Amino acid sequence: MNLLFGRSISLQLRLTVAVVLSIVLIIGDRYTSGGTFVRTTLNTLVSPVLYAANIPYELFNVGAQSLHTRDRLLDENEVLRAKQLLQSEQLQQYQFLLKENNELRALLGASARQSHNRQIAQVLSVRSNRYNHQVVINKGTIDGVSEGQAVIDELGLVGQLTHVGTTTSRVLLMTDTTHATPVRILRNDVSMVVEGIGKINLVQLAHVSHSLDIRIGDILVTSGLGSRFPEGYPVAVVTEIDRDEGLPFAKVYAEPIAQLDRIRLLVILGENSIEVSDEP
Amino acid sequence: MSRSFSFITFSVFLALIMALMPLPFSLEPFRPDWVLLVLMYWSIALPHRVNIGWAWCTGLIMDLAVGSPLGINSLTYSVCIYITVSNFQKLRNFSLWQQAMLIGLFLALYHLLQFWLNHFLLDIYFNPAYLWPALIGMLCWPWIFLLLRKYRRHFRIR
Repeated sequence: MNLLFGRSISLQLRLTVAVVLSIVLIIGDRYTSGGTFVRTTLNTLVSPVLYAANIPYELFNVGAQSLHTRDRLLDENEVLRAKQLLQSEQLQQYQFLLKENNELRALLGASARQSHNRQIAQVLSVRSNRYNHQVVINKGTIDGVSEGQAVIDELGLVGQLTHVGTTTSRVLLMTDTTHATPVRILRNDVSMVVEGIGKINLVQLAHVSHSLDIRIGDILVTSGLGSRFPEGYPVAVVTEIDRDEGLPFAKVYAEPIAQLDRIRLLVILGENSIEVSDEP
Repeated sequence: MSRSFSFITFSVFLALIMALMPLPFSLEPFRPDWVLLVLMYWSIALPHRVNIGWAWCTGLIMDLAVGSPLGINSLTYSVCIYITVSNFQKLRNFSLWQQAMLIGLFLALYHLLQFWLNHFLLDIYFNPAYLWPALIGMLCWPWIFLLLRKYRRHFRIR
């Protein structure tokens, strides 16, 4: 057995090289965008590992589902049917309102509202770095998604895509400390910015002046400014306002509307495309 | 040679899967660092084979798999494995529990380094709960050690 003696490269030198390479990586990662070819390739390399780590959970899920009783499935079916009926009724109204809205906009000479193509993605239950809020989903460049696209669930905004690989990508949640979302208050159209503070059920509003008209229970929706998030998706509900005059700004906290701690199915909103106005 | 390489790779791969597998939300903060523990075992048992190169590459894979800023795990793994490799002869002579204690210290160092780097990049604050995995890892060490020793002897990995 050959020991440490008589080796070609000393340990200290190896450590130095490793540390220097890591620092180069850290700096490179920090100051380049994530959509580069190198990053996509690297993310693609680990995709199989992520899928493999998800297998036990999937098996458990399949097992649990096949043990559902017939009665329970029938009940669930009933509830979903009722819900679908209600929603399809609303949808009929929606088509009519959409048409009316487009006509009114045409009368006003305003630009038509934009629609998006959507994709449904499933969350892979894989552990993530505990200092970030992010989840892995089973869609990648092969499905045509790209970095920066907005992600919502059935209730509201979830976050945006980062680290896109060929078959997997990561969703940065809006509660992450590095994430900010441009929003406006649904009630009076005042726009502001919501920032994540690293808590899964709380976000903070940045730079709110003391005199601003904001109340507990106000709904915040995406404002579409910055053109990253499409306009009008619910983001959070204001839960706490602290108007301490000693501070330069009021402290306003809000609770995300999307259920960020139990997301399973997500919708990726595609690139904006102008809606054809004469749609039936 | 390539045979033992593939055996070591297999054990590290299994550790990687265990490190990524979903756990109940309440157990998540206590998950030990399987990959680092396995790497530490190999670096003490076969220091001429598994050392800083392995640590760096595995750390990079870990970074990509958990989505942390690239380079953080490679840096911290390299430092920890440097410590174990440069002291492998001393470490081998300690009893299992003494070894576990030292490994616990190295794990704590790993977590502090990682916190510090992340603090620098992500603006987070220290929470003593970040050190739970070091304690749990310390308690896991004797079993990992015995299991991997059996694995190594059975397949005559050298």
